[in-house]
Amino acid sequence: MTRYVIGRLGGVVVILLAVCLFTYLIFFKLSPDPAVMICGKTCTPERIDSIRDVLGLNQPILTQFWEFLQGIFAGRDYGSVHCSAPCLGYSFQTNESVWSMITARLPVSITVAVGAAVLWLLAGVIGGLISAIKQGTWWDRTAMALALGGVSVPNYVLALVLQFVLVVKLQVLPFPSAPAFADNPLLWFESYIMPWTVLAVGYACLYARLTRANVIDTLQENYFRTARAKGLSRSLVLRRHALRPALTPITTIFGMDFAGLLGGALITETVFGLNGIGKMAADSIAKNDQPVIMAVTLLAAFFVVIGNVVVDLVYTTLDPRVRVTSS
Amino acid sequence: MTADLFVVEDLTVTLPTGRGPVDVVKNVSFTVGRDDTLGIVGESGSGKSMTALAVLGLLPRGAETSGSIRLEGKELLGRSERELQSIRGNAISMVFQDPLSSLNPYYTVGLQIEEMYRAHRGGSRRDARKVAIEALERVHIPDAGRRIDHYPHQFSGGQRQRIMIAMALCCSPSLLIADEPTTALDVTVQAQILELMAELQSTTGTGMIFITHDLAVISSIAKRVLVMCAGDPVEYGTAEQVFSDPHHDYTRTLLDAVPRIDDEVAS
Ligand SMILES: Nc1ncnc2c1ncn2[C@@H]1O[C@H](COP(=O)(O)OP(=O)(O)OP(=O)(O)O)[C@@H](O)[C@H]1O
Ligand SMILES: [Mg+2]
Repeated sequence: MTRYVIGRLGGVVVILLAVCLFTYLIFFKLSPDPAVMICGKTCTPERIDSIRDVLGLNQPILTQFWEFLQGIFAGRDYGSVHCSAPCLGYSFQTNESVWSMITARLPVSITVAVGAAVLWLLAGVIGGLISAIKQGTWWDRTAMALALGGVSVPNYVLALVLQFVLVVKLQVLPFPSAPAFADNPLLWFESYIMPWTVLAVGYACLYARLTRANVIDTLQENYFRTARAKGLSRSLVLRRHALRPALTPITTIFGMDFAGLLGGALITETVFGLNGIGKMAADSIAKNDQPVIMAVTLLAAFFVVIGNVVVDLVYTTLDPRVRVTSS
Repeated sequence: MTADLFVVEDLTVTLPTGRGPVDVVKNVSFTVGRDDTLGIVGESGSGKSMTALAVLGLLPRGAETSGSIRLEGKELLGRSERELQSIRGNAISMVFQDPLSSLNPYYTVGLQIEEMYRAHRGGSRRDARKVAIEALERVHIPDAGRRIDHYPHQFSGGQRQRIMIAMALCCSPSLLIADEPTTALDVTVQAQILELMAELQSTTGTGMIFITHDLAVISSIAKRVLVMCAGDPVEYGTAEQVFSDPHHDYTRTLLDAVPRIDDEVAS
């Protein structure tokens, strides 16, 4: 088991390095000259040269990449300025340290992701479950039709509609502002409930359909029939012999979806003006702020790759058939 | 008569299908006594499994049954789900065809035997565990004390069917229904399972219904035989009677399909 974990972590490092290199090359090749951008409108060729020098843009690309990596693990110097590890450079736009931008915004994105995940798991799994048990009834039909529709509603439409109705028209909710929980729990909840809902709807619909399909499959299993033939109570039959097998595969999908969201909910955060990683990504792309784009790309890749490993490890403990034999 | 442990009279099972209701079991009657084995034979789709499932009230949704099914004089048809739960696995147990998929892969075999024992007998987990280990020993699973904590996929097909049998017998039922318990197994394992079932029956005195489409298997285990064809009971009598002097063409066809050892000796 330990060896397996170490092997997987080795793989993670390789993948992250590859993602790093890849994004670095893409931005290097495809972007306008950063020195010109930083320099602004009133700019002399000498100044551009000196910026190039400080940023190391005159070096060969691989040397630059190496310095970028070094910055992350050991820190680096830009001219006279020392950027201590983990150093992801400075925003071209604001000159803020990219690392501190991330640490400031990550809690917002995590709050958005966790809240949405709780909502969609509850709604999706419970809804799908009831549908499976009441298969073919009006409840099942209605819920599944809604789920099909819900998947196809774009996030931004839902976000704008909710905002218009609840904030502008009915004025039951304040405009989202991402306050700290400790300062004002009620305001915190009121600010996040719309982003959570908007993000959760699509996933909930997907999970409801998935749960329903899995449970219905499980009800056809021979071991489910065995469980009934054994004379177990209905609740025990359902809990042990339908739910556990039906929900285990869903944990995998959930892990990946959740990890993806930690890298920022671009549209939702932007629409609600929440200062999370997603909004930071959108802003940086709009302004071609390369160090920030690099950082958010890496962060998203980091979450997805780590999420993958966590999911695999969790799955091996949930499903005895894939359990890594330790003896 | 001692044959009256279990009586089925005029059992008819109707299933809803796309083309309206279909009688998949028609007016079937038979009896099983203590320490007695009834074989039910018939080709695929003849209604053998539906007969068995009707006994336990496990028919597909929308199924309708008529007639009478009595265990020790008590009517089983029309019982509530609750009452049926206390009968299933307790008074009447069932072993299914496919041992590979009949056990839940997510739980140890121990837990799957224990949960059944405790559902009917209550008691602590520790007591149930003792019963489960004894049950595994009875079906000759070696090293039962350790193997009880293993998962189904860690056992062979034959072993898994032994475990199913151990489970079915752990509450000492008066009737055991075995629905093609050996069909999915290879011939040597098949013989071992049959031997085991005969051995267990002789020690427990459980009445048994043995369902198969293999006449060779029936003749080795059952004293009496019911032959079914498309839901109809076409022949019912002692094995000797049915096999030596079949009244129905269908039985003859079935018999002709069996390669017989004495045929080869004779030729
Ligand atoms: N869920 C169902 N709905 C409708 N008809 C069904 C259903 N399940 C089985 N049947 C039909 O009921 C009839 C009897 O099926 P049954 O399973 O009892 O056959 P069997 O004798 O056990 O066959 P086998 O040897 O293949 O197990 C078949 O014609 C089958 O097509
Ligand atoms: Mg069958």
